Amino acid sequence: MATDTAPAPAAPPPASDERLREVSQLSRLLARPELGAVVGAVLVWVFFAIVAYDNNFVSWATTAAIFNRAAPLGILAIAVALLMIGGEFDLSIGSIVGFAGMTIMVLSFPTEGGGFGWSLWPAVLAALVIALMTGWFNGYLVITTKLPSFIITLATLFIFRGLTIALTRARTNRTQLGNLDEVSGFGLADTLFASQFTIFGARFRVAILWWIGLALLATWVLLRTKQGNWIFGSGGDANAARSVGVPVNKVKIALFMTTAFAGFLVALIQAVQFTGADTLRGFQQEFDAIIAVVVGGTLLTGGYGSAIGALFGALIFAMVQQGIIITGVDGDWFQVFVGTVLVVAVIFNNFVRQKAAQR
Amino acid sequence: MSGNGTPLLEIRNVSKYFGSVIALEDVSAFVRAGEVTCLLGDNGAGKSTLIKVLSGVHKPTKGEYLFDGKEYNFNSPRDALELGIATVYQDLAMIPLMSVWRNFFLGSEPTKGWGPFKSYDAEYAKRTTKEEMAKMGIDIRDPDQTVGTLSGGERQSVAIARAVFFGAKVLILDEPTAALGVKQAGVVLKYILQARNRGIGVIFITHNPHHAYPVADHFVILRRGQVYGDYTKAELPLEQLVQMMAGGADLEALQHELEAASREGEEGAEELAETAHAIEEELDELEELGDD
Repeated sequence: MATDTAPAPAAPPPASDERLREVSQLSRLLARPELGAVVGAVLVWVFFAIVAYDNNFVSWATTAAIFNRAAPLGILAIAVALLMIGGEFDLSIGSIVGFAGMTIMVLSFPTEGGGFGWSLWPAVLAALVIALMTGWFNGYLVITTKLPSFIITLATLFIFRGLTIALTRARTNRTQLGNLDEVSGFGLADTLFASQFTIFGARFRVAILWWIGLALLATWVLLRTKQGNWIFGSGGDANAARSVGVPVNKVKIALFMTTAFAGFLVALIQAVQFTGADTLRGFQQEFDAIIAVVVGGTLLTGGYGSAIGALFGALIFAMVQQGIIITGVDGDWFQVFVGTVLVVAVIFNNFVRQKAAQR
Repeated sequence: MSGNGTPLLEIRNVSKYFGSVIALEDVSAFVRAGEVTCLLGDNGAGKSTLIKVLSGVHKPTKGEYLFDGKEYNFNSPRDALELGIATVYQDLAMIPLMSVWRNFFLGSEPTKGWGPFKSYDAEYAKRTTKEEMAKMGIDIRDPDQTVGTLSGGERQSVAIARAVFFGAKVLILDEPTAALGVKQAGVVLKYILQARNRGIGVIFITHNPHHAYPVADHFVILRRGQVYGDYTKAELPLEQLVQMMAGGADLEALQHELEAASREGEEGAEELAETAHAIEEELDELEELGDD
């Protein structure tokens, strides 16, 4: 009989495997995707600390400026990182920032100026719902057409930006709306999204807390929930993931809605901070976010990456920006620098990952 | 292996047509619990279609599908999976960039905690992966290592262990030894026997009679969409199986060709002889395993 519980023919596995090398903690650390960005952040900081020392780079004021600059970009980057790990792209996120910001402004703007005269919170809620719908729309199009998300979201980049400009102008005859601080409900929004706190005399914005909080939440979701496992699976090999029962389509649509949510949050933070919005807000931010994510060690092809890496990627981006401003180098050179950092970071990350895989 | 007992999974007179193409015609096969049924056939014999019928991807045009004596009509592979009919595909088995334990539980993650704080029980997943692999006789060196760093044979083994752990009663293996070296194929064959010894009915699809023979209790040979032969191991010596697989005339021609090729160089001949010897040893070893 074969069905009885005969002992397995193979010998019990040996207590230790001759093929298992002792791997040092350092080597394990090297295998983390965010390592390149952490090392890169240190290197960039040291670089500017030396070059721009006389310009007061090593100071709390500059540190605050860097973090304040990094926070909105970082919020976008974290969501983009999740989506990219899930194997998709979102080029429309900058347009969603503009769209959500103008939705808040047009809905809360006084009626005599062409707005709807709502109080702030209903307008914010409506903008949130609309932003989530744009994310769902992106995801739904990608899933049903099976076209690359690069193409779909390139199209929606133009559609959402065009709608923002066209609708705002048709309704209010303007491209900039202000005076949000005169709308009822602004006080609470100001506390939640635009207040500042002081550390060692430097003023940090509350957006930094949103940014770091979201990075921690995203990291927990990625590494310690089943949905996180599904994100890695969907990006690593969608067909294989499907064959073991991962709801790949739902995962991807949820991820597109997450990036749209991040766009909404940044729009809200900036609208409250500047007490207004512009139809061009968020312009080209999708590229900055993608750069931050890739510098943060996430694979463009999906299935591999981290939210903490995206956090450090955004930090590097902001350090370079701030460093160039305070050293007084011609701002025209900024893009050259960013492009160079991007290429170097990607090469460095690939190198680290290959080393790690060979351990 | 004994030849009695009711089949766990059986198909009777199954045909599958795609438009005017007859992919399968009047195919019958079965597997019992704790047995290995080998489906053999050359390229184009209808193996892939048969796997898809067995795993619930295709509905048969005609014929019956029975599981545990009851007739079923699956709408999707999920229906089959819920009954415990698990299919391990050659290339769809694993996600290379993910660690072994993440792959092992992908789609069926264990959770702990409550409500919105429910989290993936990684400790349990890592421990269980290691234990389950050990039960199959594989020592996973480090559950955190990515599947991409495993060899092809190890990947198939993880996929098999995974299917067994999630309660497979019937395991359908699609060419698990194709594209593997002699040694690696041997490793996978060993795990097929392990699964069988744990009382699982295994349907092993291959085109390689040398891989099929050591582990199978039962052979179903497909040719041009039809059953060309159905034998128990006792009825069929290896030589005859090889003959049937290749078609006697084709094989003889091939043999002449090979002999001609080996005469061309002493070194080549020696190499061939060595390879043949290695295969022979491997087979002996496996047969010993299969007999106990």
